[in-house]
Amino acid sequence: MAITDIRAFAHLAAEDVETLGQELDTLRRSVEQSLGERDARYIRRTIAAQRALELAARAVLFGSRNRWAWMTGTAMLSVAKIIENMELGHNISHGQWDWMNDPEIHSTNWEWDMTGPSAQWRRAHNYSHHTYTNVLGKDEDLGFGILRMTRDEPWRPVHLVQPVANIVLAAAFEWGIALHDWTIEKELTGVSRYQVFSEPNKAFARKITRQVAKDFLLYPAVTGPAFLSTLKANATANLIRNLWAYAVIFCGHFPDGAEKFTEEQLEGETPGEWYLRQMLGSANFSAGPVMGFMSGNLSYQIEHHLFPDLPSNRYPEVAVGVRGLCEKYDLPYTTGSLGKQYLLAFRTIHKLALPDRFLRRTADDAPETSSERKFAGVTLHPGSENRPWSIDPATGKRRGLRWAMHEAKIALRAKAEHEKEVLRGAERTLRAKARQEQDLLRRARHALRKSHTSYSA
Amino acid sequence: MGRKPNAMTVRGVKNWLEAPAAGIAERGGKLNLLRGAVARVTTPLLPDDYLHLANPLWSARELRGRVVDVRKETADSATLVIKPGWGFDFRYEPGQYIGIGILVEGRWHWRSYSLTSPPDWNDPRYGKKVIAIAVKAMPEGFLSSHLVNGVSAGTVVRLAAPQGAFVLPSPPPPKVLFLTAGSGITPVMSMLRAMDRRDVVTDVVHIHSARTAEDVMFAAELDALHARHPGFVSHVHLTGEKGKFATETLDELYPDWRERQTWACGPLGMLDEIEKHWHEAGLESALHVERFEVERSATTEGGTVTFGKSGRTVTVDGATTLLEAGESAGVQLPFGCRMGICQTCVVTLSSGHARDLRNGTERFEGEKVQTCISAAAGDCTLEV
Ligand code: FES
Repeated sequence: MAITDIRAFAHLAAEDVETLGQELDTLRRSVEQSLGERDARYIRRTIAAQRALELAARAVLFGSRNRWAWMTGTAMLSVAKIIENMELGHNISHGQWDWMNDPEIHSTNWEWDMTGPSAQWRRAHNYSHHTYTNVLGKDEDLGFGILRMTRDEPWRPVHLVQPVANIVLAAAFEWGIALHDWTIEKELTGVSRYQVFSEPNKAFARKITRQVAKDFLLYPAVTGPAFLSTLKANATANLIRNLWAYAVIFCGHFPDGAEKFTEEQLEGETPGEWYLRQMLGSANFSAGPVMGFMSGNLSYQIEHHLFPDLPSNRYPEVAVGVRGLCEKYDLPYTTGSLGKQYLLAFRTIHKLALPDRFLRRTADDAPETSSERKFAGVTLHPGSENRPWSIDPATGKRRGLRWAMHEAKIALRAKAEHEKEVLRGAERTLRAKARQEQDLLRRARHALRKSHTSYSA
Repeated sequence: MGRKPNAMTVRGVKNWLEAPAAGIAERGGKLNLLRGAVARVTTPLLPDDYLHLANPLWSARELRGRVVDVRKETADSATLVIKPGWGFDFRYEPGQYIGIGILVEGRWHWRSYSLTSPPDWNDPRYGKKVIAIAVKAMPEGFLSSHLVNGVSAGTVVRLAAPQGAFVLPSPPPPKVLFLTAGSGITPVMSMLRAMDRRDVVTDVVHIHSARTAEDVMFAAELDALHARHPGFVSHVHLTGEKGKFATETLDELYPDWRERQTWACGPLGMLDEIEKHWHEAGLESALHVERFEVERSATTEGGTVTFGKSGRTVTVDGATTLLEAGESAGVQLPFGCRMGICQTCVVTLSSGHARDLRNGTERFEGEKVQTCISAAAGDCTLEV
């Protein structure tokens, strides 16, 4: 079972969690207080550049019957759509730029170029997902209701198709998100599924009609004879954007080390524990400025989950502070290359398609989900209730979760080693026993044959 | 009934075409049909969103304007002449005010100022139609000081549509009294200019208080009006020499004041006094008063929160969030996380101040606030 006691898991005392929370608050305030013209210029320029790029792409696609024009136009449109989706739509809808007080760059007004209405997405994402991050049964983003992403969730035969479902989800990501948010919107607003002309349904229908008509009918029609090639270009750009968004999201939430939590953890959760949950539940991937920009700075998923409404261009600098705190409290900071993080997620998707009996680990010590029970029997210092951590006598450094993880790994390995040793011993005994018996048998046979000969003689 | 079927179809097609631009229908004007049609291809954006990259004024999504002239009126006041962009409705009434948003260090700040220009003002100096506001720098008013001293021609500002009930009817009443002080003269200036332009200056008495002669805004223009129109009396009262204008002296100065329709605008103390005086004379219906929101920093904690739509109020301390305040008053406010991360609870602060409890930032009238992490800083009104 996933984490039910985050303090025990993190090897922190209540007051440590509180100071950690305060330090994060301070970090937040220092960024907020320094927001100004430079940040405003950043988002305005991003918007202008994105629109210019999209216009240019659409213009080039008028000539899309030419192969080179098609390729250039499609590539430009894909990049434009990615920026629009990640750095603009996602971040502005989070209220990251609300501090500017600009009605056109405000979370309450922004509409993005994706099938689902922004308002529905905001509700599902900003509220459900960001408040209840990685809490089983509360955060519907855990597998988006189709994939089993943790062995805390019981296996069902439908999970066998997971490898295929994964590909379909990746290719049609915007539709997956749209349907997902639509369902949650209806749930949150208490609209019954049988009420056909409900507000969420109307908003949904209006938005998808406009989106589909634009990319697959009207815009291609505007380009006249290039109708078909433009349509293909638009479809390709949407596909590329979908794949990219999917990859970024999966790398932020499903690599090993992004922990899951039970609903018990939510009860009476303090602000410090909330921060801690965000920190332990997310994963980063390493990115330079360009990759960071193209992922809407979601390569800093940990920072984003701690401060979802701080401007994305500040995440790199926030990350320095967060890493420092992880160092100080000896907490893990889950990150890796994009390829590695995706492969880890990919492994989980395929592994968990199988029923539990094929899985070696339990939900307490699996790569994709672990819990405080993982450390049972590996507490190597005489721990007290309020000081779960100890100080390394040699370096004077705090021994917290990272250290415990390390010890648990060693302990697990030792345990496995030991089991293997026992097994090997048993095998040896068995083999010796078999040899003995064989020997006995041979001797008996020999004796028998001898008596036989003597008899016949 | 009686509408021809084809009229209905035409209207239907028109509505359908305009639909994507429906949000800006009132200000979209004739271009709306085209705007809606093009928006089918630019959805979810409007063509305006691309056009304003070329020229900030080419957008009706949000009203914008460009400052074309800044004219000093007195040492601490200036007139800003603004050329509005697409969608601005010039049919405002003299005496109304507009909201103006100005960018300072990446943040837009909003304040309201009276229009001093007459409606449909076509000044040849600026070409095309323009509007004007006059701003007086307040000692602690960060934005008014910025507007008077820090704004230059060419600056792009945001505008909110003209509004307000402090207006001069057309035609104006035969006998008028204007009572103003300080920057309270600004809405009256618009009325006077409108009367002048329409050449309907009736019997008008204007009593204006200022500290010294140098502090009188539009002094030369008042003199010129006085000279041009026999019916117009400009009475300037200098408080530095004679002290506060006493309402009681009206009986001596203009004994017919009771027969006049009166418009008063100035500091709150003065207006309270005037209201009392008119009330005692049983003449409330002849008095029109405009109260200026005094620009100041919110120094108080807590206050009375009013919920605009239901009209309910509740008095809270500086630690109670606006969301809690609403709930204690039985007002349903939207919310999600209740911890400041999801933006579900964002509503507009229609007047007063609020404070962000996480970092102490002040929120002003016209700004949007997250009710779950903001508290009242003095009395305020929420638009829910
Ligand atoms: S309720 Fe989530 S930000 Fe206020």
